[in-house]
Amino acid sequence: MKKSTLTLSLSAVLAAGVIAASASAQSAGEASSALAMAPQTVKKGDADNAFVVAGKFSEPNGETMYRRVCAACHMPDAKGVSTGAGFFPALAGNKKLAASGYPLYVLTHGMNGMPPLGQQMSDQQVADVVNYVRTSFGNKYKDKVKPEDVKAVR
Amino acid sequence: MSEPVGTGMTKRDLLGLIGKSAGATAMYMAMTELGQAQASPFKGPIKLDGDPKGTSVLILGAGVAGMTAALELSRAGYKVQVLEFNNRIGGRSMTIKGGDTFTELGGATQTCQFAPGNYINPGPWRIPWHHHGLMHYCRELGVQLETFQQMNYNAYIHNTKAFGGKPQRYGAVQSDYYGHVAELLAKATRQDALGDAITREDGEILLESLRSWGALDKNMRYVKGNESSDRRGWVKGPGGGLTAEPIPSDPMDMHTVLQSGMWRAIGGNISLDHQQAIFQPVGGMENVAKGFARAAGHLVRLNSKVTAIKQDASGVTADYIDTKTGQKLTAKADWCVCAIPLTILSQIPMNVSPELDAAIRAVPYSPSVKVGLEFKRRFWEEDEQIFGGITSTDLPNAQISYPSYGYHSKGPGVLLGAYTGGAYSYELTTLPPAERIQKVLEWGSQIHPQYKDEFMNGVVVSWHRMPFIQGCFGMWNAQNRADHYKNLCQIDGRIVLAGEHASYVGGWQEGGITSALDAIGRLHQRVVAG
Repeated sequence: MKKSTLTLSLSAVLAAGVIAASASAQSAGEASSALAMAPQTVKKGDADNAFVVAGKFSEPNGETMYRRVCAACHMPDAKGVSTGAGFFPALAGNKKLAASGYPLYVLTHGMNGMPPLGQQMSDQQVADVVNYVRTSFGNKYKDKVKPEDVKAVR
Repeated sequence: MSEPVGTGMTKRDLLGLIGKSAGATAMYMAMTELGQAQASPFKGPIKLDGDPKGTSVLILGAGVAGMTAALELSRAGYKVQVLEFNNRIGGRSMTIKGGDTFTELGGATQTCQFAPGNYINPGPWRIPWHHHGLMHYCRELGVQLETFQQMNYNAYIHNTKAFGGKPQRYGAVQSDYYGHVAELLAKATRQDALGDAITREDGEILLESLRSWGALDKNMRYVKGNESSDRRGWVKGPGGGLTAEPIPSDPMDMHTVLQSGMWRAIGGNISLDHQQAIFQPVGGMENVAKGFARAAGHLVRLNSKVTAIKQDASGVTADYIDTKTGQKLTAKADWCVCAIPLTILSQIPMNVSPELDAAIRAVPYSPSVKVGLEFKRRFWEEDEQIFGGITSTDLPNAQISYPSYGYHSKGPGVLLGAYTGGAYSYELTTLPPAERIQKVLEWGSQIHPQYKDEFMNGVVVSWHRMPFIQGCFGMWNAQNRADHYKNLCQIDGRIVLAGEHASYVGGWQEGGITSALDAIGRLHQRVVAG
């Protein structure tokens, strides 16, 4: 029994790797081939559970997900940045967050150049990070998003 | 070919005949068969015949797409002006060398400390032989090329979960993979397990080919011996004199090869985009941009941030800000070739059709991170006999690429310590640049323990933090390709888009060049047709 569970989880990991590889193969970009050439494994990761696997985010809660993923573009203070040719929008004080469906949709479907990063998160992870952002950085929206809501919008 | 190429008839005569009797498509197919053409959208230098009669074109973006358009349109007699956000020409086609300074979004500034002659190409770094458009411009613009070592049998494949994390030589993995597959197939062939799939005669030929391809012994086995070691390497290689006798090495078994996942690296190396011959410009990819700058740089206005694009029946207007002075300016032309990346363009107000507007918003950009590391010496060459090429790893840095120039040189050497994407690239970029480099050092030292003693300095480029693009390249899939690609490429009123995002060669300079040539060809037809 234990063995079959292990086998199952291994094939799930392999499947995730294959999905990531095929998604990137379609984009035919240079960078995608870099990951496609490497064996796909699950690693221990760092204290935030970053760097666990290429095709999927493993951060355990909304705060960590924001700090280790979203902040790469929206910045650690969620104020975005507009010093370049374009901008990354602020999430702090962003009125579009009033409707929970908006961040939910953007995260699962992407927006302009932003990739649909929610596709590399579980329903729970998407709900957690949306809830975190809507109650942090000065945002005070009390209504919570549930994993079922994420499933519905995917 | 049913007609033999006989005496008195050259290949060209024959092709002429085919062309006359069966049309251009048949001739093209015949040429391919004769090995004289390679299917490519690049049809040779573009010919824009006909007088544009002083028509003006505004080109937005001075990457390779914008510069290709600027060069060819100006040659054809158009009045051309190019606006570029950066303080340099080239866009992603760039090189970072010692003394170069750049500031990413969020404000972190890095100054590259590399010794003279060392560099990394943080964007495009390779030019496949079949990227005919880019190869054409390299030749024409005097961009000197040298071989990029893509496949190096002596580089490593590394998997933290296989061989106790000990890296394996690429050549040994490939040899063992081929060898075991050959042995299995030979066994099936001899047992008639292939059934009707192959004739008896072909089966005999197949066996002989498997022996040759897989380095099988006289019993059709892939085992320890001279045949296999001549592929995978020896414990002690053949030499001269009294200590000359070679000692063969032990191949891995089939189970180990498959479970290691290391076979993944083989397919990547033999894909068309990575086959030898593959090139790099001598001294760095920025020399492509410099070539374009020599030919058409006088048409470019740098430090110009486009803030709005408007079109009407008579022409196109772009509002822009001089990023040095803050001055607000306007440029006008009859037509516009817009080579601004979609990440940025989707944020610029522009009156285009709903179809084009939707297409501009339908292409997410891949993130990507590259890290250049400088070491006191070329330990990969001196200690491990790795001269160029790429090590692939399951660690988040994904690749280590050794420099394909300056072999055996003394003094500091620079390698590419990370070239990664996916989840890792976001996670890595949330750390300050120095910590990103520290992470990459930790990962790389699991493959090269020399990292710890030999490291000098590094630079990291996280493409989604680059102010002029906010991403690495446009990601297409079957869905957005079907829904939006043609709309993205259509001439919309007086505007046409160009760039790698408007191509099937995503993430490569060839995509930018062929899309620009395609766009200006169509635009020119409209203009001369009046």
